[in-house]
Amino acid sequence: MASTSPRARMRALSSGRALFGRLPLTGKIGVLILLFWAITVVSVQFWPLVDPLMMAGRRLQPPSGAHWLGTDALGRDVFSRTLHGAAYTIPVAVMVVVFAVVIGSALGAIAGYFGGWFDAVIMRTADVTLSFPPILLAMTVAAALGPGLPNAGLAMIIVWWPIYARLMRAQVLEVRTREHVEAAIAGGAGRGRVLVVHILPLCWTPTLINATMDFGQVALLAASLSFIGLGAVPPSPEWGSMISEGASKFYSWWIAFGPGMAILSVVLATSFLGDGLRDIFDRRGPQ
Amino acid sequence: MTAAPLLEIRDLRAAFRGPSGFVEAVRGVDFTLNAGEVLGIVGESGSGKSVAMMALLQLLPAQARVSGSAKFKGRELIGMPQRQIRHILGREIGCIFQDPLSAFNPVLTIGAQIIEAIRLHDRKISKRAALAQTIDLLASVSIPEPERRAQQYPHEFSGGMRQRAMIAMALANNPSLLIADEPTTALDVTVQAQILDLLRRLAQERDIGMVLITHDLGVVASMARDISVMYSGRVVETGSADSVFYDTCHPYTRGLIAAMPSLESVGTLLTPIDGTPPSIFDRPQGCSFAPRCGYALPACHETDPELRQIGTTRAACLRAEEIAAGTVRPTAPLSESLPV
Repeated sequence: MASTSPRARMRALSSGRALFGRLPLTGKIGVLILLFWAITVVSVQFWPLVDPLMMAGRRLQPPSGAHWLGTDALGRDVFSRTLHGAAYTIPVAVMVVVFAVVIGSALGAIAGYFGGWFDAVIMRTADVTLSFPPILLAMTVAAALGPGLPNAGLAMIIVWWPIYARLMRAQVLEVRTREHVEAAIAGGAGRGRVLVVHILPLCWTPTLINATMDFGQVALLAASLSFIGLGAVPPSPEWGSMISEGASKFYSWWIAFGPGMAILSVVLATSFLGDGLRDIFDRRGPQ
Repeated sequence: MTAAPLLEIRDLRAAFRGPSGFVEAVRGVDFTLNAGEVLGIVGESGSGKSVAMMALLQLLPAQARVSGSAKFKGRELIGMPQRQIRHILGREIGCIFQDPLSAFNPVLTIGAQIIEAIRLHDRKISKRAALAQTIDLLASVSIPEPERRAQQYPHEFSGGMRQRAMIAMALANNPSLLIADEPTTALDVTVQAQILDLLRRLAQERDIGMVLITHDLGVVASMARDISVMYSGRVVETGSADSVFYDTCHPYTRGLIAAMPSLESVGTLLTPIDGTPPSIFDRPQGCSFAPRCGYALPACHETDPELRQIGTTRAACLRAEEIAAGTVRPTAPLSESLPV
């Protein structure tokens, strides 16, 4: 059924546009902010910006016409570094969310559908993982693996998969008792087929909403790990490590301001979008 | 081959784990169905009629304990490995469910689901051929514009159309046995008659044996050759449709018939059966209908009678002969104390 004919793609595109139209205003703002960052990530190296690693002016200059967000302790342009920083934080956050969703959902679906000792092993592992504060566990794993963004990403996947495992398991447990699943079994469908064709397509909505909202949280955690020196290593202009550099220069507020606002915008945008998607797909509670 | 019945169920039992050990929802039922015949199983909710059918198809949750024998074309279904029964389900045995809206996958089109049902049991058939077959099937259950309808989702169908589509799907692989679990309960009365007509016609045309599970005596009366009446997990009366209706021996069957509205009963009060069926966790001693029965004797509360041949039907009642002969009147133990 998964065809990529031009017509199918057209339909996907137009349904994407229809979806955008149904989002509330905040959701639309969220999409636009995320779109801006996505474009920045792929094209920032072609923008007419100062080299983010080069001393572009005098040290610790406040915002001016030449340096819109001032310069940091080494005289690098904060505006340029903030935009370039997106290319570090956002791809990591995307990878973490994608892997956590895929691994967590697969394990959760198997646990919910097959049950038994498999369920017990997966879900107790998830419980143990969730019982640690996420930043603490991520710090421990990242410290054990050594600093660097890939290792920080791995640490965050380990922290995040149990959330999706739980979410998916709960959904599968609910959907598997529906009559159409029984009807499929009565029609002679095997277990794998029942799970993939008749259960999973009805389970993805909460995961999608949650993943959208989590994206901002993951970006924040990535920045946090970099802030304490376990993520991106200097001199790369990662948002967390830039804030960390600014933290010691208390009177040069502009050093942390740029990356701080960038993180804020990403977290806010994903929350807006996640709320909007929930309004559309999962109408419950106050409307 | 001619002698062996299509479906022969002997002493089928199904038990679930309750708060204090296993409780039996189905307590030793026997059914026999020959090819091309219709067997009606009648009973109120909770009488075990659906559980019995689900038990033999292995559709009960794994924790349920099923015993007894259910031979389909001579093959034992009880205890058959999943791998084998999968090739029988949907191919040789088709199922029709009560609520056709929830029995279809909401995210796939009707056509896609019927195509899947065909291709599941015939790996070699091309998608195109399966689609052509699907459209034929939809046409055979009198769905107008089958080509367009095949591309629609279940929620775009009306209740009656959905049940027709369900029947088409159940017939997709030319089964020899059709199990219809309350096929018309969720439908309007006018649509009910159409669906029953359709089922009768298709079963005749294709020589399909059908088990028709319902709580509606009117439905089985017009369809079934044989009727079994179930109460609290057991068959209490069984026989040909005519004999169960006209030579009724069991007080429960009498109660069901008396509770049925008819043209003759216009202007008179319908007679309900007082009380409620016993919970399977707390069955009374003796005959489980005795507490609601107008004919009950002290002995009825002690011994649970077996099915016996009484005239033209078989009934499980100590006083069946007297009731059939009409020499006793009910005393209505409960209704006297109840306000009318």
